[in-house]
Amino acid sequence: MTPPLNPYFRFDTLVVGAANRLAVTAARAVAETPGAVYNPLFVYARPGLGKTHLLMAIGHGAKAIDPSLGVEYLTLDHFIESFHAAIGSGQGEAYRKRFLDVALLLVDDVQFLTGQRETQAELLRIIDAMQTASRQIVLTSDRPPAEIEALDERLIRRFAGGLVIDIAAPDYETRVAILRRKAEERRATFEPGVLDAVAKLSIDNVRELVGALNRLVAHQAAGERVSAELAGALLGGQAGRRADGQEGRRADGQAGSDSAIAASDADEREHASAPPPARPSAHLPADEFGDFLSEISATLSQQIETWRGKVAAAVLRWSGEGYRTARLELLLEGELARDPEEALREFEDDVRRLDALRAEVETVAPALAGSPLFRDPGDVAGAEALLEQAKEGSDPPPAPSPLWRLDALVETAGNRVAVRASQAAVSQPAQKYNPLVLIGGSGVGKTHLLHGIGNALLASGLRTVACLTADEFTGELIEAIDRDTVAQWRKRYRRAEAFLLDDVHLMAEKGRSQDELFLLFNQFLESGRQMVFTSAVPLSQLAGVEPRLLTRLEGGLVVELPVPDRDIRQRVAERVLEVKLERPDPEVAAYLASRPADSVRAVHGLVQRVLSAAEAQQAKVTAGFARSVLEGSPARPARRPSPPRSSGLVAPGAGGVKSREKMVWDWPDIGDRLIEEWR
Amino acid sequence: MRASARSSGGDAMSLVNFAAREITCKIVYYGPGRSGKTTNLQYIFGRVPESRRGRMVSLATHTDRTLFFDFLPLDLGSISGFATKFQLYTVPGQSYYASTRKLVLQGADGVVFVADSQARRLDDNLESLQDMHTNLLTQGVDVRQLPVVFQYNKQDLPGDLILSPPELDDALNFREVQSFSADALHGGGVFETLKGISELVLRRLAAGDPAS
Repeated sequence: MTPPLNPYFRFDTLVVGAANRLAVTAARAVAETPGAVYNPLFVYARPGLGKTHLLMAIGHGAKAIDPSLGVEYLTLDHFIESFHAAIGSGQGEAYRKRFLDVALLLVDDVQFLTGQRETQAELLRIIDAMQTASRQIVLTSDRPPAEIEALDERLIRRFAGGLVIDIAAPDYETRVAILRRKAEERRATFEPGVLDAVAKLSIDNVRELVGALNRLVAHQAAGERVSAELAGALLGGQAGRRADGQEGRRADGQAGSDSAIAASDADEREHASAPPPARPSAHLPADEFGDFLSEISATLSQQIETWRGKVAAAVLRWSGEGYRTARLELLLEGELARDPEEALREFEDDVRRLDALRAEVETVAPALAGSPLFRDPGDVAGAEALLEQAKEGSDPPPAPSPLWRLDALVETAGNRVAVRASQAAVSQPAQKYNPLVLIGGSGVGKTHLLHGIGNALLASGLRTVACLTADEFTGELIEAIDRDTVAQWRKRYRRAEAFLLDDVHLMAEKGRSQDELFLLFNQFLESGRQMVFTSAVPLSQLAGVEPRLLTRLEGGLVVELPVPDRDIRQRVAERVLEVKLERPDPEVAAYLASRPADSVRAVHGLVQRVLSAAEAQQAKVTAGFARSVLEGSPARPARRPSPPRSSGLVAPGAGGVKSREKMVWDWPDIGDRLIEEWR
Repeated sequence: MRASARSSGGDAMSLVNFAAREITCKIVYYGPGRSGKTTNLQYIFGRVPESRRGRMVSLATHTDRTLFFDFLPLDLGSISGFATKFQLYTVPGQSYYASTRKLVLQGADGVVFVADSQARRLDDNLESLQDMHTNLLTQGVDVRQLPVVFQYNKQDLPGDLILSPPELDDALNFREVQSFSADALHGGGVFETLKGISELVLRRLAAGDPAS
């Protein structure tokens, strides 16, 4: 089994300095487009300079871009082990194939290829196969390929064919940056100058640098005040030991350096075999407890970082999938005030529960599946309640739009009956007119009146008012039939305290909808609940609707909403202008009312045209301006230039009809006539 | 008292109390009588600054053998925001204190098996190891899951009296866990052993960690 990527080893946790900038840039390029650039990428550096970190960061980076990408990280040890195991069990071919399914292969510590003739041959085959399939391979080593002893020449050439890049030891500034980052991670604050003093100790191995910091953290945790001088004194030995170690390692020569490197890497990847038993030493270190504390501190910090990494990864994952992760974020902010494993487990359980609830609600009331409640693991109870409501059909039916208010409706002699009847339906629901049927052409204000009644009923204390179009009613019924939830669907409407149906004429020829409406109608009538219907077609001309339903509709009050007369048009124009302008010129409304419009909607359209033009030209809205917008500029014969010579089309003369819009359809008063004559 | 620290599934490894932001590590030194368990604790006691250690409780008989157990609490201070404490226990090695051994072993986060390296004590070592396995088994602890290290004590004795670490590994350490040579009387290998077991225990904190 290959080891998983260490969640901490990401690009964002890597301190980038002059020494590793090039390597990090190349690594990022590889992570962003695996297989496209620098293939293979070979990174080498002395131990403790961040090879493994960079390698795993490539894995994380590539995964972040494409989570489905197959990424495999393994050390050469693992590679050799599993290769031998595969050969031993006669599975050599399967072993090879396993790597061909991987899009990004990360191999650590390839310096151990020395003397591994079969492994080298196998690696060569894998690299060739992966390159052919445009799959990325990244390798790290503690020395350049040419210095790996007894390395197959062909492998060296393959590596050189990609990009071979090294990471140097960090400079002073980078060391300070690393120490600051690590201190921050450990939540340790030091006196000014302490970290700089550590950076000056010329410890150029990042791992040892972190070890030095751990030692200071441990001393500080033990209650000692660590000053820059004390830090120098405490770590002086470490810097010296490091120097000795370096020399010793160099003196070892290359052949013997493997074990030294392996041992130095042991803290990162625990070796399978136990370390050699310690020899009882004659001279014991002076501060055994300090050393112990320092090591424990480092181990513990690492473990806690692992937790934080896990939680952070979970936040990214779940928020990416659209779930609210406030609960987990709180955990990160709150310094892990509870067991993160348990919290993550609970969170995932809740997400699974939400998914199940959402799947269930989709079968009952698909419209509710988009509710944010099904994305909030912090409120599973809310989602459960919503599902329960949906199951019982008690999720509220469509309500009237709050945009249309009854008091915003212009009452004139023409629509007075309808408006008064509506007011009566609100003040005495189901007492006077039940049902109330509003008849009128398109745009005369039926829908406004219907929703206005609904809103007024809600304002008067009713809790649920169903208000929808006949098309929506039929659509919902079809869906309920499809999902076998007709009973719940019925319940939803039967529970409403008033039923308002727009465009009932659209129910023509829809037998099942009419049946349902018939049943609903009877229930509402019997239980004394208000119903309001609108129709664009007079009931007497309504074909395709069953007589039993028609007679019931006619049994209430049927009122017509007339085509808006000039009075209504003017009032509507005034109303709209009052909303949009501070002090509208009354002549504007009068002019607009004089324009032909067969519906309130058309009047709205006219007002809107004038207002938009005024805004675009930053002009004051006057009757003259409105006229110029709707009819074109008044012609001025004196200044009129000769007709432009153009395409040969003859431009209409002054006062001529330029378009249908500019035709004057009626001559209602003398003012208009005077204007016309003037033109 | 640490019930809240135990995670679900009867896992005896979880030793963190998140609510109290406290980590408490119980490490038990197990082994045959006179193998040097108390000596280990005494050496540690002597090296720990006074402010960091509690009173070492030692209930010994008049012949200076541990009757009940030794207990050494260590306060490591706040590490990454967690108050970290170690509790080191020894069990009475003598075979007739079986029930005390069981009691002390309960809830251990890690065990150091202190073996006496003298060749003539090999059978005692084996018997004690067998006893430890039996006790852990009766407590429902999976020995393979519990962090255990071996300490081969008294390696400072003349070579013809003792078995070498590889020989002791062959005889006792069949699970191939970490083992340390020691001379507890003079402190050799004592802290190495403690570090070894502590690392194993702490690495298990974040379950699923590749190192665990």
